[in-house]
Amino acid sequence: MTTLLNVKDLRAYYGQVQALHGLSFSLNEGSLTTLLGANGAGKTTTLRAICNMVRSTGGIEFDGKPLNNKSTESIVRFGIAHVPQGRGTFSTMTVEENLQLGAITRKDNAGIISDIERMYAHFPVLKQRHTQQAGTLSGGEQQMLAVARALMLRPRLMLLDEPSFGLAPLVVRDLFGILGKINREDKVSILVVEQNAQLALELADQAYVIETGRIVMSGNAKDIANNEEIRKSYLGY
Amino acid sequence: MELFTNQVLAGIATGAIYACMALAVVMIYQAIDHLNFAQGEMAMFSTFISWQLMQWGVPYWGAFVITLVLAFIGGIAIERILFKPLAKAPVLTNVAGFIALFAIINSSAGLIWDFTIKQYPTPFGSAPFLGSQLISTHQAGMIGVTLLLLLGLYFFFQYTLIGLAMRAAASVPESARLVGINTSWMIALGWGMATAIGAIAGMLIAPVVFLEPNMMGGVLIYGFAAAVLGGLTSPFGAVVGGFLVGIFENLAGTYIPGVGNELKLPIALALIISVLVVKPAGLFGRHIVKRV
Repeated sequence: MTTLLNVKDLRAYYGQVQALHGLSFSLNEGSLTTLLGANGAGKTTTLRAICNMVRSTGGIEFDGKPLNNKSTESIVRFGIAHVPQGRGTFSTMTVEENLQLGAITRKDNAGIISDIERMYAHFPVLKQRHTQQAGTLSGGEQQMLAVARALMLRPRLMLLDEPSFGLAPLVVRDLFGILGKINREDKVSILVVEQNAQLALELADQAYVIETGRIVMSGNAKDIANNEEIRKSYLGY
Repeated sequence: MELFTNQVLAGIATGAIYACMALAVVMIYQAIDHLNFAQGEMAMFSTFISWQLMQWGVPYWGAFVITLVLAFIGGIAIERILFKPLAKAPVLTNVAGFIALFAIINSSAGLIWDFTIKQYPTPFGSAPFLGSQLISTHQAGMIGVTLLLLLGLYFFFQYTLIGLAMRAAASVPESARLVGINTSWMIALGWGMATAIGAIAGMLIAPVVFLEPNMMGGVLIYGFAAAVLGGLTSPFGAVVGGFLVGIFENLAGTYIPGVGNELKLPIALALIISVLVVKPAGLFGRHIVKRV
């Protein structure tokens, strides 16, 4: 197992307020890792720090190369696709334009066209609505679109920020099933931040628990899910 | 009836210029969410450059193309030097920047080319268009160029990747960066294009209003009005707004007793305010559908 993402002693700041206090974790190539924690623990900030969307210090290495001080738009070119909280859909543009935008850094036109078809196979509902303004899709459909847009990059690592947020339980099951499939079949490593710990632990192989900007627990997802003490004290279920 | 048709056609012709200015205003508004008060002066300065080139013996269309290129580069330079550092500054700081730019360009033009009125040639001639007395070939040319420009912009934004990237950067900047678009350069590109569009407007209106440093003052106000009327988010709306303002201005001047040339401007602006009271987003302003 090679390490794809290595985060060391990460500290992040919003103005004067420090949100992360020396957080370290790593993610193996091909793994599906989840970051768990309560509201305000620093999960979103961790993802934003990886993409340099918030001021931070510490080491972030992707595939052995440092990401610090790289701009957000150049980090994308390493093959890191970030699905932000609230999905970040281009709501005034069509579904198909959203997909094209996901691949805007790629030059292989034939590959892009076949990937759009592949996304429509993964998410048939997007095909039905491909000329529709993305803002008119339902919450679940927009989340599918956000995931599909991220995959259009052909990423090596996908960062997902609370994909289950605001979705009906059945839709969440569906979405997580697809994420597992993408991880296994397309060999995309995934780092998913979730409040829905139970579901995330079912899906992931590795898990980290964050509390007030620090990692307090890490390990195999199954072990954490089976450990009643951890569940009760950190995950609240 | 002949008078009516005449006035409508003349209105469409001047409306074409307002439409160009409105297009330029909308392009920058989309990119940075501010109205560029110096847009008219930038257009005037570009027009002076083309005039200077012609004085040096460059033929009209050569000067036209060189001016567009220079205006494009100049627009990018202004954004990089002046407005990129102000990107996160409060609105009023930006407004102060625009006013400073207005004054600087206006005085520089006066310094270089002085304030006397200059003749400016038209490439279309000023004969009656198609033998009709209603409209001159220059006016027909202005309308034609505006429509071509709109068509070109439509294709650019709908069917090119860079157009798609510019739209994305304007609508959700954060997501645009997350798919790898350099939003800062997209803004600069918007400035370049807007400046070039303004240059076209300046070069087309110069034969009508004559060339001098204050030639764009009135035109820019109409351009703003047109942009607001059509909806600041819609290039198509800006063009329609431009034509509507042009037509209304002419009809009001002709038919409303006591209006004449002096009161054309306030009447046109009054109309716009009335429209906006009913439809605040402008006639074609995009109503963004959002579902949460």
